[in-house]
Amino acid sequence: MDACDTPDCSQTLKELDVFLDSELSDAARDTIRHHLAACPDCLSAFDFHAELKQVIQKKCQENEMPADLLSRIEKCFDTDFDGDGVIG
Amino acid sequence: MADQAVFADQAMQYAPQLYSAAMRMTRNKADAEDLVQEAYLKGFRSFHTFTDGTNLRAWLFRILTNTYINKYRAKQRRPDESDLGDIEDLYLYKRLGTFEDASIGRSAEESLMEMLPDDEVKGALEGLPDNFRLPVILADVEGFAYKEIAEMLDIPIGTVMSRLHRGRKAMQKALHTYALERGLADPQPEPTDLNNEGQEK
Repeated sequence: MDACDTPDCSQTLKELDVFLDSELSDAARDTIRHHLAACPDCLSAFDFHAELKQVIQKKCQENEMPADLLSRIEKCFDTDFDGDGVIG
Repeated sequence: MADQAVFADQAMQYAPQLYSAAMRMTRNKADAEDLVQEAYLKGFRSFHTFTDGTNLRAWLFRILTNTYINKYRAKQRRPDESDLGDIEDLYLYKRLGTFEDASIGRSAEESLMEMLPDDEVKGALEGLPDNFRLPVILADVEGFAYKEIAEMLDIPIGTVMSRLHRGRKAMQKALHTYALERGLADPQPEPTDLNNEGQEK
C-alpha cells in the first residue's frame, strides 16, 4: 500500500469514496477501473473500503423492531390521535 | 394528490428501516420509537403533498430526518459545526489493511465482517456528531444517493460529500481505537504523516 504515491494513484484514491458510492460518471468510473486493473496497491485499498462499507451497512441495522410499534402507529391512522377532530 | 387511505398500505413496509435509522440517530429505543411514530403521523397527515410515482421511501426518510433535527438536535449542547480534527485518509486501512504484520491480529482468512463486532460498529457510528452521523446513516446504512441526502438535509451535495468523507474517517479512527482496546491492533503502526492530510474538500 505504500506504493500508492504516483500521481495516478493519488488521483485514484481521491475518487475512492465517490467510486464506491456509485456516484461517478461512466467515463470516470472506467478510468478508475482501468487503474485498479493494473495497480494491486490501489485495488487492495479499494477492496478494503468496499468490505468496510458492507460491514457498516450490515452491522448498523436493527434486526428487531419493537413488537408493538407497528400496531401503535397503525392505531394512529384510525383514531383522532391528538384530539383535533381529525383522524390521525 | 395521494390518497391518505393508501398511506398505511404503502408506507408501513419501511418501518423497520426507519426504526433502524432512528436508533442510530437517537441512540436509544424509547426515543427511536417516538421518532418513528411521529414521522409516520406527520407522513399520514401530509400525504396529500406526496407526488405519486416519486420515491416514498426517500420521502419518509426526509420526514424522519427533519423530525429528528427539529426535535432532538435542539436539545444538544454541541456546536453545529463539530470539529472532528484532522484524520488522515485511509486511516483504518493503513493500520488493519494488510496481513503481513502479525501484530495487527487479523489473519488472511478473517474478514472485517468477522473481526469487527456489531456493537463496536454501531458505537463508532453513534459517536459521530449529528452533522456527520446523519449523512453516514443515510448513505452507508440506508444507501441513499448524494442528491437525495442533500435534499433531506437541505445542504449542498459538496457538503454531503465532505461530511461523508470526514465522518467515515472518524468512524475508522473509532473502530481502530476499539480494536486497540481489545488488544487486536498494533498500537504503533508505521509512521505516517498526520499533519498534511484530512482537509475538508
